[in-house]
Amino acid sequence: MSHSQSSRTALLWHIGVWALFALVIVVLPYIFTSSSSISMMSQMGVFIIFALSYNMLLGQAGMLSFGHAVYFGLGGFFTLHAIRAVNDEVWQFPLELMPLVGGVGGLAFGIIFGSISTRRAGVTFAMITLGIGSMVESSANMFTDFFGGESGISGNRVTDVTLFGFSYGPSIEVYYLIGAWTVMAAVAMYLLTKTPLGRISNAVRDNPERAQFVGYNTTIARFIQFSLSGFFAGIAGGLFAIMFEIMTAPNVGLVQSGAVLLMTFIGGVGLFFGPIIGAVLVTYMHTALSGFSEGWILYFGLMFVFMVMYAPGGIAGVIYAHAAPWRAGLLWRLLPSYLLVLLPALLAIAGLVAVVEMGYQLSLAYDPSSPIDLFYMQINATSLWSWLVALLGLAVGIAGVLATARVVRARWAGVNRSMQATGAKT
Amino acid sequence: MSDALKLANVHKRFGETPIIRGVDLAVAPGERHAIIGPNGAGKSTLFNLISGRYTPSEGEIALHGKRISGLAPHQINRRGLSRSFQITNLFQNMTVFENLRCSLLWAQGYKYSFWHLVGRQTALNEAAEQWLERLGLSARRDVPASLLTYAEQRTLEIGTTIAGGADVILLDEPTAGMGLAERDHTMAMISEVTQDKTLLMVEHDMGVVFELADRISVLVYGQIIASDTPEAIRANAAVQEAYLGEAH
Amino acid sequence: MRPTLSHFAVAGSPVMLESIVFSVLNGLLYGMLLFMLASGLTLIFGMMGVLNFAHASFYMLGAYCAYTISSYTNFWVALILAPLFVGFLGALTERFGLRNVHKHGHVAELLLTFGLVYVIDELVVLIWGQIPVNYAIPPSLDFTLFTLFGTSFPAYRAFILFVAIAMFGAIYLLLVRTRVGMIIRAALSHPEMVGALGHDVPRIFTLVFAFGTGLAGLAGVMAGNYYITEPGMAFSMGPIVFVVVVFGGLGSLGGALAASLIIGLVTTFAVSLNYSIADLLAAVGLGLDGANIAGGLAHIDLSRIGQMLPYLMMVLILIFRPRGLMGARES
Repeated sequence: MSHSQSSRTALLWHIGVWALFALVIVVLPYIFTSSSSISMMSQMGVFIIFALSYNMLLGQAGMLSFGHAVYFGLGGFFTLHAIRAVNDEVWQFPLELMPLVGGVGGLAFGIIFGSISTRRAGVTFAMITLGIGSMVESSANMFTDFFGGESGISGNRVTDVTLFGFSYGPSIEVYYLIGAWTVMAAVAMYLLTKTPLGRISNAVRDNPERAQFVGYNTTIARFIQFSLSGFFAGIAGGLFAIMFEIMTAPNVGLVQSGAVLLMTFIGGVGLFFGPIIGAVLVTYMHTALSGFSEGWILYFGLMFVFMVMYAPGGIAGVIYAHAAPWRAGLLWRLLPSYLLVLLPALLAIAGLVAVVEMGYQLSLAYDPSSPIDLFYMQINATSLWSWLVALLGLAVGIAGVLATARVVRARWAGVNRSMQATGAKT
Repeated sequence: MSDALKLANVHKRFGETPIIRGVDLAVAPGERHAIIGPNGAGKSTLFNLISGRYTPSEGEIALHGKRISGLAPHQINRRGLSRSFQITNLFQNMTVFENLRCSLLWAQGYKYSFWHLVGRQTALNEAAEQWLERLGLSARRDVPASLLTYAEQRTLEIGTTIAGGADVILLDEPTAGMGLAERDHTMAMISEVTQDKTLLMVEHDMGVVFELADRISVLVYGQIIASDTPEAIRANAAVQEAYLGEAH
Repeated sequence: MRPTLSHFAVAGSPVMLESIVFSVLNGLLYGMLLFMLASGLTLIFGMMGVLNFAHASFYMLGAYCAYTISSYTNFWVALILAPLFVGFLGALTERFGLRNVHKHGHVAELLLTFGLVYVIDELVVLIWGQIPVNYAIPPSLDFTLFTLFGTSFPAYRAFILFVAIAMFGAIYLLLVRTRVGMIIRAALSHPEMVGALGHDVPRIFTLVFAFGTGLAGLAGVMAGNYYITEPGMAFSMGPIVFVVVVFGGLGSLGGALAASLIIGLVTTFAVSLNYSIADLLAAVGLGLDGANIAGGLAHIDLSRIGQMLPYLMMVLILIFRPRGLMGARES
């Protein structure tokens, strides 16, 4: 097979995948029709862009930022001010393109702060971004004209100036606006990974010294990548502003920055589509869990710590690890061992959830002895027996996981040997 | 015509400790020059000074008659000097092909472009494919660098050093850690890919040195005690004493 | 209460002097508290290259543990036991967490401690609840040490200063006089050599991490009753401590001390001298109209800039002196 032929197949394959992505976005509101689903899916679109832009730093260029919400949030504020200007009839600009205002704002501040922070790499870079994030967040109290003080800035997204004649009042119209931008931004960011800048960002991530010895100034490469990442974060912020019609100081702050790091990492930084998984999953779990449990942040934290330790490639990394055995037809050898580990794992998780929920019941509930609905049971957090059972389940579960994990490892070792023996491509 | 590479009275001190103590060295264009010397003589430091990793404490380094000491590594690279590393230093998560293509990007003028798709740059990709072939790595095209065998990694290391088109090449122990057969293969490869280039190499393997080099300089305790043809170096009494005497 | 123009105009009067003296004292106090946190952080960083993002969370744990211990015994027992317990938790974190991700590099270690922030902060809510706990200053220290210009200076503040200075002295002696300290100092400048010399580097790492988090715990014991012990206390302290460490120079203990004091004083002054730039300009006779060119800027409140100043200072020092006040290495 010649390279030109294979590259044509690759091109068709790429177009097919992105078309499918767009199709899913178009079809989803026909399946999940409730207004809360529409709202949640709109948020997913916003956070997909945001997380992908974050991964331009962490995954692609090896830059760990604790201040990425600065560009997201400022983009949102700029967009909202622009919308207000259109409503006040001092400016004419179609709503569909408003996220570009956010993008330009994000880009501008990406250039300003990037020129300071990208001079350094690694842990120092991380701390500088934290400092800049804190600086911008605390400056919100000073620049009240721009940030709107405690109550933030709000506006009305229905501006009468549009390209396609929609009012963008109904949330479904906003959903499709966000969906269109999600596809465009995701494709753009994907294509960016295929440019010289994208390749050199990878090179700087893998080996900055070598990148210098093939002629690249690593600081400039990081800086451009950082600025462009700010652009896309700004677009996400602009869509966020259009969706919620309000921006407050915490939108530029550390909590928001931490959230995007969390979702990107959980999704997986090593593969382009990882952050998409992360954004969808974290947004879903946030919406689903925060109504159900006080402890959703704790669960997220535990999940994150677990992944840093045992699955640094995130969910996408775990999936991708199975691609080779799948192609080699060896996946069936792994699955039984997974089932084996699943049982004690579920027990451990159930035990943990019970302990955590009972803990919250004791410390937060008005009446701690009121029963908690958990696993289709009513559990009394003040009863010693509940605690004993839960802790026992947790302990037995963990012991079981430790024991059965050996089986999984042994199976993997076997599969790897078989693949090496048959010379299967990795 | 000026020397391809010229070092004049180069010193390097770390704190109070002098490592390089006044090195003068001239390498003519097209010459294959080897630096030998006992461990700790400062060979690696010298390479790091020439390639811009360190700045000399004193003295001057010139490439084709133009001063390069004090410049950053990427600036020196752009002026036509490239180096390999003693410890393999590749883009580990990238495939062999990607490694080679990355080393061609700047040389082909793409700079930091984010408006070209590398997959569609025919000249770039063909050049990278050609390098794959020259290095004998075509079969390993899509394997991540980290999964290559040691010898393959060394080959790719030399390939990425040379692919960018620099005309002065610094090789830091290119055959270190290799078996005899691999070594001969690598030697042949180096001779092939460095034709009409200026070559400066540090090497421990005397077989390699005396076979490949036009001239040899002997670095002992931060100073060059002799710089001559292989035959003359072999016969040089000071070298025998300083180098062989210490090595045996 | 907002001092008016007249306060400014009559600088040198007792009112102004009082403000300055108490700002200096409070600034020193805040600075020393910052230093108690920053010293552990910078030691851990210098020794291990690990930036402990959860450092302020260990500080909070110190306060809460002190609350619980002192509610069963008394403050003095808590002062000893709480830091030890927090240090023990730090040792566990290093042994069963950080050591496992060490092979993935410093960014992975930083990510792990970042995740721990969420876990620890939520566990605190889980165990102690969301509302502040009643961790009070011990009665034996709850008296006025002296009164100046009609304002009293509580003894507990002096005690905090005393403990912080004693701690600095103890760290200094530990580093300079003991063998462990020699190894740590050697590791600060030549990390790879220490391992080559046959020291059990992983165990030293555990000890250093435990020691550093223990210091954070001690800071929590001291600050928890001076401020308020509540679940947000880590979050309000965390970023500023990082600023101190960067400002002072990564891995430099002296730099951390200087930076802590500078930032402590600067923020305290900015908050206490509660006048706006507009007032200042008016006072020096420029009489700028609030609505003209300086419009947006003139309405900035200096008390608001107080929160932002440390971060601004960090950004500025990174521009003009990237290694910080006293940092030896770039990074």
